[in-house]
Amino acid sequence: MPERCPVHLVFMPATRAPYHCIRVPTATKAACEPVLRVENLRKHYGALQAVKGIHFQVCPNEIVGLLGVNGAGKTTTISMILGVLEPTAGSIHISGIDLARHRARALASTNFAAVYAPLPGNLTVYQNLRVFALLYGVPDFRTRCQAVLKAFDLQKFRNVKCGVLSSGEQTRVGLAKAMLNRPRVLLLDEPTASIDPASARDIRHTIRSFARRSEVGILWTSHNMYEVEEICDRVLFLSHGDIILEGDPKSLPSQFGKPTLEELFISVAREPLDWEGRNQ
Amino acid sequence: MKLSRVIAIPLRQFYLYRGSAARVVPLFAWVTVDMILWGFMTKFLGGLARTSYRFVPALLGAVLFWDFMTRVMQGVTTAFFEDVWSRNFLNVFASPITMPEYIAGLLASSIVTSSIGLVVMIAVATMAFGLSFGVYGAMLFPFVMVLFLFGMALGVGTTAIVLRLGPAAEWFVWPIPAILSPFAAVYYPLSTLPAPLQWISRLLPPSYIFEGMRAVVAGHHFPLAMLAAAFALAFAYILLAYWFFARVFRHAVRTGLIARYSAETIS
Repeated sequence: MPERCPVHLVFMPATRAPYHCIRVPTATKAACEPVLRVENLRKHYGALQAVKGIHFQVCPNEIVGLLGVNGAGKTTTISMILGVLEPTAGSIHISGIDLARHRARALASTNFAAVYAPLPGNLTVYQNLRVFALLYGVPDFRTRCQAVLKAFDLQKFRNVKCGVLSSGEQTRVGLAKAMLNRPRVLLLDEPTASIDPASARDIRHTIRSFARRSEVGILWTSHNMYEVEEICDRVLFLSHGDIILEGDPKSLPSQFGKPTLEELFISVAREPLDWEGRNQ
Repeated sequence: MKLSRVIAIPLRQFYLYRGSAARVVPLFAWVTVDMILWGFMTKFLGGLARTSYRFVPALLGAVLFWDFMTRVMQGVTTAFFEDVWSRNFLNVFASPITMPEYIAGLLASSIVTSSIGLVVMIAVATMAFGLSFGVYGAMLFPFVMVLFLFGMALGVGTTAIVLRLGPAAEWFVWPIPAILSPFAAVYYPLSTLPAPLQWISRLLPPSYIFEGMRAVVAGHHFPLAMLAAAFALAFAYILLAYWFFARVFRHAVRTGLIARYSAETIS
């Protein structure tokens, strides 16, 4: 039975009609010590409210999908969790460490990969990993480097400059760098966007097993709803800077009368009031 | 401050320089050209003047030290520009590196690259034109230190300008030594400048150093108070540059400039 999220009351910009976040209880992670806790997070650019006081948490071993149309506030949210964008209000705790107060400590157990942040193309794969291993304080670099190169099938590119790799190979290098420090929180912004379906499946498998093995919590954005359904334990729908729907991606579509997650996404993106009203 | 994070910046520079002649050659090419040009110029002036004035240590030495200061500044800015050129800001600043660690890394890179330029300049100036550093006596080390500190301050300050204004602002950085040089009394005594311009010179630590250098070469005394003033000014500029960088960095994080740096859209 869907329930209203207690703290969300959002107004549609066009109509000023109120609607609420709907949180559908999921079978997983009823209670956990979250590796990522986001509370009342806001980002305003003057009058523009990019993120409007969102709350969520990510548990160890959990993969949470952050979904929404372009401009919904996903990358803004990720930028704030990465410490490269200062929130207007709210707090972010990574493994219990307040990001605002202890930035370096919090970010030491975080990492990310994004299509818009490739590693420098003028360094080899090994050199990039070496530099980022120092930045993240990775102990026993040689062993760890071998492990991530193997995990993402990059051994043969070890001494190749990243700039000459294909976009898919560069994405894998970015993921290898993201795993380097065994993060507790991993942010993946469209990690398989430029990868062929077969490689994307392998990468999902690698990330999934990494999440199971290493107590990491993953926040994953993607526009590929089949991928989200396959890999995410839970999804958050972001619209106009607020979370308006949360639940299990496998059961959510049927709970809202939609055949697939993609249909639900389109419905949420186009007519949030309409689909919400049908489920009260 | 964590040393490994500081080392990451010069290590990245080392990797880049190791594989790129286009980066290595400028470390010594332009300073070599400068030494040759000013070496012959001092010879010519020495022959023309027919005085006992020692042009080689006074003029060629001054050019050498000025070039060193310029190399220190460019060492800082070039290390920063590598992150700009490779659009690496997000990767670097989303890591645990702190702003002081990043600046320390830029300075460490600059120490290495400017030292290479200095060694090459010393080799050319001493072997080809007979410049002897013994003439500066005990003042050599403090002279070099003041110029080094001011070069670092310029590097950090101009880096902050590029961070604030975007990648295209890199063209503001390269001419800065040339803009300062008329007021720094590198090539001529301070008294050559009109009185109002001398006030600008007095705000620049190198002007004290080059005045002192000429005094020492001429066998005169260089007051320690002047040296202390030069050091005090150089330290003040370092603090000012650090404060400016910190302020710009804070602004960049608050506005999202770091995340979308190449767009140059956020003012």
